[in-house]
Amino acid sequence: MQKFLILITVILGSIQLNAQQAKVVKFPELNDLINSKSDKIQVFNFWATWCGPCIKELPYFEAAREKMGDKIEVNLVSVDFVEELSKVNKFITRKNLKSNIYLIDDIDYNSWIDKVDTKWSGAIPATLVINTTTGERTFVEHELKEGELEKMITELIN
Amino acid sequence: MKTKILSLLCLALFFAGTPTEKTYQIGDAVNDFTLKNIDGKMISLSEYADKGAIVIFDCNTCPYSQAYRERIKALDAKYAPKGFPVIAINPNDPNKSPGDSFDKMVSYGKEHNYKHAYLQDIDQSVTRAFGATNTPHVFIVKKDDGKMILNYIGAIDNNTRDAKAADKKYVESAVDQLLKGEKVETNKTKAIGCSIKWKEA
Repeated sequence: MQKFLILITVILGSIQLNAQQAKVVKFPELNDLINSKSDKIQVFNFWATWCGPCIKELPYFEAAREKMGDKIEVNLVSVDFVEELSKVNKFITRKNLKSNIYLIDDIDYNSWIDKVDTKWSGAIPATLVINTTTGERTFVEHELKEGELEKMITELIN
Repeated sequence: MKTKILSLLCLALFFAGTPTEKTYQIGDAVNDFTLKNIDGKMISLSEYADKGAIVIFDCNTCPYSQAYRERIKALDAKYAPKGFPVIAINPNDPNKSPGDSFDKMVSYGKEHNYKHAYLQDIDQSVTRAFGATNTPHVFIVKKDDGKMILNYIGAIDNNTRDAKAADKKYVESAVDQLLKGEKVETNKTKAIGCSIKWKEA
């Protein structure tokens, strides 16, 4: 029995070690990410654990990262309340998400939504793809259909 | 004659190509609408509004709508007696979001003791006309010369999580200014919200 418990502890411990955790950021940090130069196409997806359409489209982002990881960087930005951080982290573990994950802890939405993209109304899911070298960007505010994300990305790859 | 017909044809083609989905902007007169309330009665904007109305696209299922529920009730309690009642409209397609069916709206309204109108926009035409994108999404109209003029589009306040911590109460400020006959200073704001669950095209 004791051996079994130790085994369980070790397994759980290793899951904890390997699992990604969401990095809590304020808007200025996210703004820097959006505006910094990078060799890779930057993909930002705004989502939340309580948002059904967001969860449905998450696999597209993971698949794109898997397939085009040398050309793109995928940033999943959760708008869950910071009090829900452990719930978000559990979700990340359960879904085994490998993309960069942030949780934006900046409740004054009106102060930053337009800075992400003026076309954004604030509804999620929302996705922004940027080629930071050319400055070209594509923004959409709806649940992505199969193939849509890949198209958005390849259109911006030179 | 030929040129006349030709130019008419061109004009017709031009208009046919113009996108029809134009949404209301600040200063526009909004069209009247009639939708079913959770008490089973039909409600028209023109009849329900007094000096104006606080139209809120809202629903049962969105956590951000739930976070604002008591604040929405408080807005109605404060401003309905002053002539600006809350008209909540559920824009979601019940096939996509079963928790927003009419029956569920009725029980939700009962459970939370709704005093304000809570209407269902079953064909989503009112939602489209207003250009609402998320819940909760507020549009304040003021009666002016028999027309309903749009004076504010956006969020309720600047803190979804905690009503007490909100230090910019956009809707309250806007209605207070309208009641004083002033122009709304901050007439457009944004907030994170749940996307509207549209019917499949």
